[in-house]
Amino acid sequence: MDFSFPPEAEAFRSEVRDFLATNLTEEMIEATHDGTMHIPALHRAMAERGWLSGPVPAALGGGGRSALESVILNEEMQLARAPIDAMGVTVIVAAILLEHGDDHLKQHVVPRLLDGSSLACFGYSEPEFGSDVAAAKTRAERDGDEWLINGAKMWTTMAHIADYVLLLTRTDPDVPKHKGLSFFLVPLNTPGIEIQPVPTMAIERSNATFYDDVRLGDEWRVGDVNGGWSVMKTALKYERGIAGGQFLSPPVIDAAVDWAQNHTRPDGTKPIEDPTVREKLIRALIDVEVCRGFAYHCADLANQGVMFGVEGSMTKLFASESYKRHCRDFHDMMGAEGLLTHESADAHLGGRIEENLRHSPVTTIYGGTSEINRNVVAEGHLGMPRAR
Amino acid sequence: MQTRLTEDELAVQDAFRTFFANESPSTVVREAERTGGFSTELWAGLATIGGTGMALPGAVGGGDATLCDLAVVADVYGAHLAPVPLIEHAVAARLLATIGGHDELVGELANGTPLATIALRPPVDGIARFVPAGAVADVVLAHVGDGIVLDRSAPSGETLPNTGGLALAHRRLTDDVISVDHAAWNHALDEWRGLTAAAYVGLGRRVIEMGVEYSRERVQFGVPIGTFQALQQGYADASTRIEGAHLLAHRAVWALETRQPDASRLAGMALLFAAEAARFATDRSMQYHGGYGFSEEYDVQLYHRRATAWILQLGDPSLEYARLADGEFGPAVDGRMA
Repeated sequence: MDFSFPPEAEAFRSEVRDFLATNLTEEMIEATHDGTMHIPALHRAMAERGWLSGPVPAALGGGGRSALESVILNEEMQLARAPIDAMGVTVIVAAILLEHGDDHLKQHVVPRLLDGSSLACFGYSEPEFGSDVAAAKTRAERDGDEWLINGAKMWTTMAHIADYVLLLTRTDPDVPKHKGLSFFLVPLNTPGIEIQPVPTMAIERSNATFYDDVRLGDEWRVGDVNGGWSVMKTALKYERGIAGGQFLSPPVIDAAVDWAQNHTRPDGTKPIEDPTVREKLIRALIDVEVCRGFAYHCADLANQGVMFGVEGSMTKLFASESYKRHCRDFHDMMGAEGLLTHESADAHLGGRIEENLRHSPVTTIYGGTSEINRNVVAEGHLGMPRAR
Repeated sequence: MQTRLTEDELAVQDAFRTFFANESPSTVVREAERTGGFSTELWAGLATIGGTGMALPGAVGGGDATLCDLAVVADVYGAHLAPVPLIEHAVAARLLATIGGHDELVGELANGTPLATIALRPPVDGIARFVPAGAVADVVLAHVGDGIVLDRSAPSGETLPNTGGLALAHRRLTDDVISVDHAAWNHALDEWRGLTAAAYVGLGRRVIEMGVEYSRERVQFGVPIGTFQALQQGYADASTRIEGAHLLAHRAVWALETRQPDASRLAGMALLFAAEAARFATDRSMQYHGGYGFSEEYDVQLYHRRATAWILQLGDPSLEYARLADGEFGPAVDGRMA
């Protein structure tokens, strides 16, 4: 085995670090406290460098950067506390459109996604269907040359700032659920769409979106009619290939070390002198190295063209579950002071640990719950029977 | 970057997997437990296929294999709970080769006789306590305050009865220092940590595999218990931790081999994480075996006891966390850590 990075990947890491040091400011991060985890200026600056098109395969007209470099970009952004959601969605939607879309989508939408001037969001989950996403019942029906869409989507995060939603719909209710699905890229300014905010405990604002007789031309269809599940597989492939969320913990650990070294407890000692605190910090740092191993492993597999559903699930499961634990441990360490939120001037480092504590439960749920990921590992890796 | 085993490593894995599967079935492990934790026949067989000297320099009769190759073997060895000190012998012999001036002895060690080990804990008043393979080792390397000592007194053959069925013994050691290369000693201990982490991964994978096999056969409420999500979720968690441990253990061993600046840190982390992952895996497997899990008849208990024991040869794991914390944050204030 060999865990060294090729020189060009190391050079890219330096380039990303320099870029973030110059282009990402505390004010930008501060602005995300309104619940919208997107920094337009940073997004466009990345687009200018070709980093949005970078992970899209060269064969599809993208930058064809190695998955190793994608994971480096992801890692450095997360260590710097930059939101990665918009980058991830952009890459995935662009790749899907290039692989499954027709010329209209490739020529009019993809360039604008990749140059940072347009933004897309996902519309998979529904009020009644989350993990069982293939059971989606938002209807798309033919009406002459057009499609008529009716239904509701849940967790359409970023819909309020996005230009498009990648919508999973049911086009045939009379066949097994995986065989009656179709995808559309729906412009969010189409009449009949309503976006309602879903405020969350996790600071991040999400949305519910409603579709009431939304009329759409066939040029907005993505992939074959009733071929939606194969598009979904592409989505999952790219989602895992550039998967984010493996490096959620480091900013929390940084804050915890800062607190442990600088806070004085009532008895005059500092938390960093406490063996239990020291052990928790080391445990967290070990978990980070495990996440790093998983992330590099997935990238290496992607580079070699190997599908890695199981490894992607293990990565997501371990990274999110350990992140949740770290937030709990270090929030506890701070005692009552840890309760102070971002709004308080006295909050440690702008309430970073408190904020992460509230954000952490999201991560074991969205993008595939821990339970679903364990199902994938049990079936795909251990060969156990399907059980739902 | 090559995060999967290379073709060469797969060939090594294949050869040793076959060897240990044939020569170290659980009957051999059980027999060794009754006779002090060591199998003379298995050790001789291992020497015959080059397993005792594989990662020693070719110039002195070794196999010139890499430390990464050795980690692959340690993994398979762990999977079969092989009752021989493969890791300790290799680490001791490699240390002696690094120190230099003992080529003849290193050449003999490559062939498995004499048998060497390292005392993981510093001797107190001339006695190293709980030396791995101390009951059978002819050569013991230890670290005293002044440097590294080499002891060739005869082993007693008396094993301290212990949880893991290991050939542990206390050893009275010479105080003749052969080297003051403290860094080489620390590196050797880190090799032990990295390789033991790899062995833990093998153990963990095997105990999950055994549990999954059992879950296909065992029927309760009219269906195989493997169809229950409760078991599936537990095994999936255990497997995820073990695969994470695998990547960390091999990254640590690679870092030691290529002398990366964070090698020692990674080796310490790998051991702690792999030990905990393997203990979790044995706990789940034992639990899902029901009553048979803790009965002597089933092999799960053999795995459970070794998962418990291996890391304790080094000491309380919390001391290992403390050691890593000292490296990370500087030493704790005097008095607080006492």
